[in-house]
Amino acid sequence: MPVLELAGKNITFNDEGFMEDHKQWDEAVAREIAAKVGIPELNERHFTVLNYMRKAYEENGTGPSIRALTKQSGIPTKELYELFPKGPAKKAARIAGIPKPQGCI
Amino acid sequence: MKRLLILGAGTAGTMMANKLHAVLEPKDWEITIVDEDETHYYQPGFLFIPFGIYQKRDVIKPKRNFLPSGVNVEFAGIDLIEPDAQKVSLNNGKKLSYDYLIVATGCGIHPEETEGMSGDAWHETIFDFYTVEGATALARFFKTWEGGNLVINPVEMPIKCPVAPLEFAFLADWWFTEQGKRDKVEIHYVTPLPGAFTKPIASDKLGDFLDRKNIHLTSEFATGSVDPDKKKLISWDGDEIDYDVLVTVPTNAGSAVIERSGMGDELNFVPTEKHTLKAKNYENVFVLGDATNLPSSKAGSVAHFQADILTENFLRAIDGLPLHEGFDGHANCFIESGFGKGLLIDFNYDVEPLPGKFPLPGAGPFSLLEESKINHYGKMMFRWVYWHLLLRGAELPIEPQMNLYGKVR
Repeated sequence: MPVLELAGKNITFNDEGFMEDHKQWDEAVAREIAAKVGIPELNERHFTVLNYMRKAYEENGTGPSIRALTKQSGIPTKELYELFPKGPAKKAARIAGIPKPQGCI
Repeated sequence: MKRLLILGAGTAGTMMANKLHAVLEPKDWEITIVDEDETHYYQPGFLFIPFGIYQKRDVIKPKRNFLPSGVNVEFAGIDLIEPDAQKVSLNNGKKLSYDYLIVATGCGIHPEETEGMSGDAWHETIFDFYTVEGATALARFFKTWEGGNLVINPVEMPIKCPVAPLEFAFLADWWFTEQGKRDKVEIHYVTPLPGAFTKPIASDKLGDFLDRKNIHLTSEFATGSVDPDKKKLISWDGDEIDYDVLVTVPTNAGSAVIERSGMGDELNFVPTEKHTLKAKNYENVFVLGDATNLPSSKAGSVAHFQADILTENFLRAIDGLPLHEGFDGHANCFIESGFGKGLLIDFNYDVEPLPGKFPLPGAGPFSLLEESKINHYGKMMFRWVYWHLLLRGAELPIEPQMNLYGKVR
């Protein structure tokens, strides 16, 4: 499993690029992961989503679906895709340092 | 006298009524089942209607025929479930109380969730095949269609029977070939998933099938809206795909009564314990079939395996015993691949669909993830098994838990 040095910390990722331990996360780490997945800058709205996702993960043990995200965070789907183009649930989970949301079969 | 109330008389609810009626003492238990629709639909048959293989009359029978005579049947809509008061209100004014509740209210399609989908173009140039109305409207449309761009698109996951839209693509390739029109029809499969299917090995295999059949694949397309006038499917990212006819699997959601009763998640699916099928938030409520929020497939085979586990757990619950963590997410699905052939996949929560052989006494072995004629016959025979054995809760020669025997990694 790859270990990368981000924002001065050694962070372990799984083979799909999700952080192994969400407790290693901080905002500086988030910015570096975001840059790697094609989002050069994170603004306040990005962090609203990321913090909501981390809270949902800590409460439920899994990241939220896009529907749960829009319904509960109040951010419209359209904006979510503008903030995290091409699959916000997965991309935001990577940047939020939580595991890949449980897919459906 | 104790009361068991079953909500929903589809595949899952009907099986539970039959199985529990057979084992509960009639002098101790009153069983009631509620459904608003008097007609039972053989939903796996909807896929074949657009291609003229089945007609409406091949997929419907009265629900009453499949329910045991000792069970009370209420044909009425459900207004509200009050799990704390252990009461259910029906839209015919009746209020039913229960000691135990089984929720089998299923799921349905919601084209109105996608902007532009459910207007005038619905069942004119945009069709579903998850309702008997959609499937028969599409059969009528295909009869005189001269050809063009056929786009098949599941809008978002989860959907009932996740292989059905792929089967639709394979059957369309076969049918338009038979009609001598295949050269005039572009078939385009557009999916929100990263590939043809959810799991890697099956996704690769089924992706190869799409290639070989000259079906164009667009993956990771998150449908945001439809422009029915310009005939465009538009993603949340702003990508556009042109169609002449759109075959959609709209957003699937659980029953509205689940939302009204405050028992569901964001898509009205009921939070359910993964291995026991008990409702997460209620001690005397069980959930099975398409109504659960479980990460297993929403399919009749899954409901069938769950019904075996739930029968055991219901008997344990009323006896005050701990529940058996027996449900492993097992699903078993024939995939029609066109030209009289089919595939079979068999998998659970932990083991993705693998190639190999699937043994079945009397009928098998079937080949897994590999085309064969016997898989097609298995699929076509299944309608008889469904009406005569499965719904009536008869024992089938297939275990509820998945077995690795015959599978090759």
